[in-house]
Amino acid sequence: MPLSIHDLTLARGGVPVLTGVSLSLQPGRALILRGPNGSGKTTLLRTIAGLAPPLSGTIEGAEDRVAYAAHADGLKAMLSVTENLTFWASVFGQIDINVALEAYDLHALKDRLAGTLSAGQKRRLGLARLLVTGRPVWVLDEPTVSLDAQAVAMFAAAVRGHLEGGGSALIATHIDLGLSEADVLDISPFRAADGALVGASDEAFL
Amino acid sequence: MIALLRRDLTLALRAGGGFGLGLAFFLIVTVLVPFGVGPQAATLSVIAPGILWIGALLACLLSLDRLLALDYEDGTLDLLATAPLPLEAALSIKALAHWLTTGLPLVLAAPVLGILLSLPGPGYLWLVVSLALGTPALSVIGTFGAALTVGIKRGGLLLSLLVLPLYVPTLIFGAEAARRGALGQDPSTSLLLLAGITLATIALMPFASAAVLRMGLR
Repeated sequence: MPLSIHDLTLARGGVPVLTGVSLSLQPGRALILRGPNGSGKTTLLRTIAGLAPPLSGTIEGAEDRVAYAAHADGLKAMLSVTENLTFWASVFGQIDINVALEAYDLHALKDRLAGTLSAGQKRRLGLARLLVTGRPVWVLDEPTVSLDAQAVAMFAAAVRGHLEGGGSALIATHIDLGLSEADVLDISPFRAADGALVGASDEAFL
Repeated sequence: MIALLRRDLTLALRAGGGFGLGLAFFLIVTVLVPFGVGPQAATLSVIAPGILWIGALLACLLSLDRLLALDYEDGTLDLLATAPLPLEAALSIKALAHWLTTGLPLVLAAPVLGILLSLPGPGYLWLVVSLALGTPALSVIGTFGAALTVGIKRGGLLLSLLVLPLYVPTLIFGAEAARRGALGQDPSTSLLLLAGITLATIALMPFASAAVLRMGLR
């Protein structure tokens, strides 16, 4: 079942940010969103994840199928890597966390408290969480922040594995992930007329 | 759901989780009262049920601003909102975890503190019963307040101002039941009303909490 979005208008803090957004994402495909800071990428992704309602337009194929990851990883500093992952796995009704530990090379860290990890290691753990959700559509907001080149390669491999398994991914990013097969969509043309005014306060609403 | 309960309990018991803070606060408030009003047993025994109830209520309030704020800051709430678990259920579980780590210890500690305030003999049983019936409502209503103020920087004081008026019915009937019990009168009417308030808030509040939390997460 593809993810399809028709003529979506989105607001942030009550002011329209994007208008007339339409896109479709087939299983097995990845779509990379590009656009300058404040152009509405986060708003679009949060709306697709169901965290914010659109002003108008329809989203099909997202309900209960989206795994969302944003700037905050939802990790508890006082829980170990294994405990953090096991918690999210059981919330999503999954059991096996070994695949996730394997994909992001977290085996050596699995008994460490998440609070003692470096920023990049935390990010890897946050991304590993996607693998224990069992959800087909990954909606990722700048997933590679604080990752080194090696970890970006791990991430690209994980996305590729997810696509091969029939999943799909929608990724907002500013860097080259090395996913040559992915489609790219620049969202700047969908900017609402007065969007420039709201753009500057984008981060304040996070 | 059990995973969420277990996680919240584990977090509360680990370092920095805040378990015991409410209890220590309750202890200190109760110990301060004889210093303030004088050590005469006759005076203390009259005000003991009310003081213990107010102390328990304030101790409950103290830990509310951690209930959702920490999960909001680290993004857990966003992820829970997109998880298969309904937000209503998640918030009910968080309220239950709050009661188990804050309300229940207060209920168990209250009789010991009753001795410090010369609570009359027949009052102990009814004090425990009224607190056991009333404190779940404090956690559930508190969860609503926490959901309402999520995302507001330094929302703790606002949370207290919003939640305290909602605690009034529970306090009135809870303290009344404990007072009548201490005087050897029949506390059953107050206890029934207290139980009614608690059951109604457990049944209805999670829906209100989830609705305001969804607004807060936008």
